[in-house]
Amino acid sequence: MVTLEDLKTPIKNTWCPGCGNFGILMGFKGALVRLGIERDQVVLVSGIGCHGKMVNYVNVNGFHGIHGRVLPLATGIKLANPTLTVVGFAGDADCYDEGWGHFSHAVRRNIDITFIVHNNMVLGLTTGQTTATSQKGFKTKSTPFGSIPPALNPIAHALVSNGTFVARGYSGDMRHLTSLIVEAIKHRGFAFLDVLQPCVTFNYLNTYDWFKDRVYKLEEEDHDTTDSGKALEKAFEWGDRIPIGVFYQEERPIYLDGLPHLAGRPLVRQKVEDVDITALMEDFT
Amino acid sequence: MILNKISVMIGGEAGAGITRSGFLFAKACLRGGLHVFGTNDYQSLIRGGHNFYVARADAEEIYSQADTIDLLLALNKETILLHKNGLVPSGGIVYDAEEITLGDDELNRDDLKLYSVPLKRIVKELKGELIMRNTVALGATVALVYYDLEILSGVIRDAFKPKVAELNVEAAKIGYDYARKHFAEDFEYRLQKTSSAGKRKMFLTGNEAVGLGAMRAGCKFYAAYPMTPATPLLHFMAPLDREYDMIVIQTESEIAAINMVAGAFFAGARAMTATSGGGFCLMSEGLGMTGMTETPAVIMLAQRPGPSTGLPTYSGQGDLRFAIHASQGEFPRVVIAPGDIEECFYKTMEAFNLAEKFQIPAIIITDKYLVESHGAAEFFDQNRVGIDRGLLLTEDHYIGKEEYKRHRFTENGVSPRAMPGMRGAIVRTNADEHDERGYTTDDPELTTKMVDKRFRKLDTLVKELENYETTKFYGPAEADVTILGWGSTKGPIREAMKLLSNEGLKVNYLHAIYLNPFPAAKVQEILRSATKTVVVECNKTSQLSSLIREHCLMTADHNILKYSGRPFSPRELSKKIKRVL
Repeated sequence: MVTLEDLKTPIKNTWCPGCGNFGILMGFKGALVRLGIERDQVVLVSGIGCHGKMVNYVNVNGFHGIHGRVLPLATGIKLANPTLTVVGFAGDADCYDEGWGHFSHAVRRNIDITFIVHNNMVLGLTTGQTTATSQKGFKTKSTPFGSIPPALNPIAHALVSNGTFVARGYSGDMRHLTSLIVEAIKHRGFAFLDVLQPCVTFNYLNTYDWFKDRVYKLEEEDHDTTDSGKALEKAFEWGDRIPIGVFYQEERPIYLDGLPHLAGRPLVRQKVEDVDITALMEDFT
Repeated sequence: MILNKISVMIGGEAGAGITRSGFLFAKACLRGGLHVFGTNDYQSLIRGGHNFYVARADAEEIYSQADTIDLLLALNKETILLHKNGLVPSGGIVYDAEEITLGDDELNRDDLKLYSVPLKRIVKELKGELIMRNTVALGATVALVYYDLEILSGVIRDAFKPKVAELNVEAAKIGYDYARKHFAEDFEYRLQKTSSAGKRKMFLTGNEAVGLGAMRAGCKFYAAYPMTPATPLLHFMAPLDREYDMIVIQTESEIAAINMVAGAFFAGARAMTATSGGGFCLMSEGLGMTGMTETPAVIMLAQRPGPSTGLPTYSGQGDLRFAIHASQGEFPRVVIAPGDIEECFYKTMEAFNLAEKFQIPAIIITDKYLVESHGAAEFFDQNRVGIDRGLLLTEDHYIGKEEYKRHRFTENGVSPRAMPGMRGAIVRTNADEHDERGYTTDDPELTTKMVDKRFRKLDTLVKELENYETTKFYGPAEADVTILGWGSTKGPIREAMKLLSNEGLKVNYLHAIYLNPFPAAKVQEILRSATKTVVVECNKTSQLSSLIREHCLMTADHNILKYSGRPFSPRELSKKIKRVL
């Protein structure tokens, strides 16, 4: 059985002390241990930003890709070998800005992967600029007079894109977050988990204290996770109270269910050497 | 009488089934043992506009369209007005005078033979769709040239569903009878079955040949976003996924396509994408990622004229340098340019092998003229190019003396490649510079070592390519002029050579297939022994010439360039070659 010790890597962690990423890192490792998934059966895919270093800090298979492209990369891996547990990590700028064009498509395809977004509402690694989820009026080096548009709403977007698992976690509540990651990985289909995460260096607004006063757990208020209308209503709740937990979950056929000929026969197990194209050539005579 | 040498154009509005009809005619000629070539010309629109298809048939081997038209099948008036001057003296026009009125001052040529067939009326009487006018015209054409209606009927039966097929066979028969009755013995051109009739040959496009190559190479994952002229490859692959146990996915963008291909190849499946210049721009960053992460990738770049959207449905060769240099940083890649249908098949298979063996991106650079024109080919030899996956570890367990390292330093630069999921191996790669295990690094010595490692693969690749047919040579060893070219210009060049040698000129030709790594030694050898050299390509800046200067430190004497979006035609090219002699 995999242990936390097994998941350690020799790489020195370079996140700022107190960074919200630590909660996500520990939550992910804890989830793998709890689920008993062996290291060599997991693929961690990450993009560019502070979150991208996840690949260096968890000793599982990994692909540190380019900015914004975690979803298509993870999709290719999963479709080629569905026996793997594929978990994608992105930052808010990585997914909600640079890679936003892929999001709704991955959600609606219901590719059976887990997708965790480190949402700190600021660009950290590039030393503090606004992102899609920065709140209106948020002042940064690139928006010295305050960000003009309202923030993008990832939860609502996932819901209207027919998401089958839509959840939000908070990196300041590791126990809760770990459970959410466990549920997300267990979910058959595209599991989307937006994780609120303070950036202790560049986000002066959305701090641990700010979150602590606001976040509450949906399950503690008897939220019905099968009610998509209620879920959407909750998705728009942002202010004095911020819900975390599972907004919505349903079982729906995954993308590969639409390709029944491949059931139990991953692409990577197919022999490439003996594809006979005689019949195809005959079609051209 | 002119026997077994004809160029037939069919033209009309988009949506009128122009390409299909031209294709059927050419295929009927092929089945009669003639050599054939077919090419289309269409605009970027769905209905209206002007489309045409040229089908050429000949007793001799042919490699491209002809310069002139012998018979024009005009489905609308515009076709006649646009192409009347392309007709040879005493050329024929099949049209429907009940629908098209031609004033004498509009035609301005009294040598042309007008064959009016009531196409629309015949279709109406048959209660068929208007699109069947083409079939009636095809039947009339077969009668005019005294060809075999049975062969045409056979081709029609193979192309349509039974019910539709029979209606079309009937339409062709009526067209045939009408032309026999009204225009007997009038047209000078004749087509006859040859002794090779009945020998099975394929008639297919470059796209389809690339597709067959990918299938035979064991491509299991095809991801693409539609873009002319690569879209037909997506259409070819899509219906095959169930029977051939593969996945064909239309992505949200070319960015998604290249990243999915990288993911699939990383997981261990052979994968491919295809696009044109605009899509390849979007793929550039992903291309660099495959270079950095040493993930194999196979990409077909089917060129059309740029910059930007350019001429979306026409042809060009302006992206050669782009294919060679796309993406930031330096990394080895292979760029292969097939020049005809057969090369499309065999070189695609090679692309898959090289991509996996050297863990690099392999770019197959084609163009609209090559991938959308139809050519004839014998059945491909499925075993000429084997399958070589290189150092791919395919066991369930990794059994190594030491820990598995995805980017292990090796003498030839190639690290054994494990598939993630293999027990006992952690497969980690990284678009950031990385160490042997795939962990991010910015260490100066390690960085230098890793760059060197990747470039050792290039040295190994260059050695490997010594055993490949990276160039092809045509013509006599000694010649008055030596032509150098790449890609789809091969067809028109070989046609021009026929014309020039008929005039007593000695011409030879070096066709470069591998453009990166550049086959410098072979090109140098030719240039050194040549009397006079001329580079022929379809771009403005003569990119092949610049590669020759770069790699051979030699300059070709002349450049013949065309960048109108249209391919060279044989006589046009032969004239230009004579001019530089």
